[in-house]
Amino acid sequence: MDVLYFAWVRERVGLPREVIDANLNTVMDLVELLREREERYVLAFADLSVLRVALDQKLSDFNAPLTDVREVAFFPPMTGG
Amino acid sequence: MRVVVQEAPFDLGKEVEKFSGGRTLSGAIVTFTGVVRDVNGGLQAMEIEHYSGMTETALLEIATKAESRWSLEDCLVIHRYGNLVLGDMIMMVATAARHRKDAFEAAEYLMDYLKSRAPFWKREVTHNGSGWVASLEDDETALSRW
Repeated sequence: MDVLYFAWVRERVGLPREVIDANLNTVMDLVELLREREERYVLAFADLSVLRVALDQKLSDFNAPLTDVREVAFFPPMTGG
Repeated sequence: MRVVVQEAPFDLGKEVEKFSGGRTLSGAIVTFTGVVRDVNGGLQAMEIEHYSGMTETALLEIATKAESRWSLEDCLVIHRYGNLVLGDMIMMVATAARHRKDAFEAAEYLMDYLKSRAPFWKREVTHNGSGWVASLEDDETALSRW
């Protein structure tokens, strides 16, 4: 699946998107997988309360299943308007 | 209903004229415009990042909800992204309704939801450095009134 990062999450991870191929049940599993990879992911995902997640471009939550999901995006709370 | 996400500036006067022109059912047209304002440290630039694809979907969803909740003849949302400077217009909403209450409330609803449910992120560049604009708890609280 495609994993996208925006705003300071993108800056901390160091890239805007990447492809992750793994058998994962939930968003939280993906977060754990990323955290185990490298320190920059630990920094980006240090406090999940200031992060939002979208699955296939719809706002979701960290306990949501990843079944059939093709695009996951992580970002801080939105500041539009 | 029209939702536009663009990098280029928009002409507020022309947009309002186009939106309001030829209407005979709407006794009320409300418009709101968001403008880049100065901050402590002196703003040099504002950069707006967005989630292409999700942005358009989210804005359409918000506008559709507004139209189903209030008696609107039409509504318009324009939101920019990219590099902006002091005084630039960031976004606008316009609503047209038979009565002003619907037009005002729907415009406020659109604004409240645009602030925290449309995937835009603002970054301010000042003389003291740059940083991402933090969301306010008030923005989240504002949604609870709807």
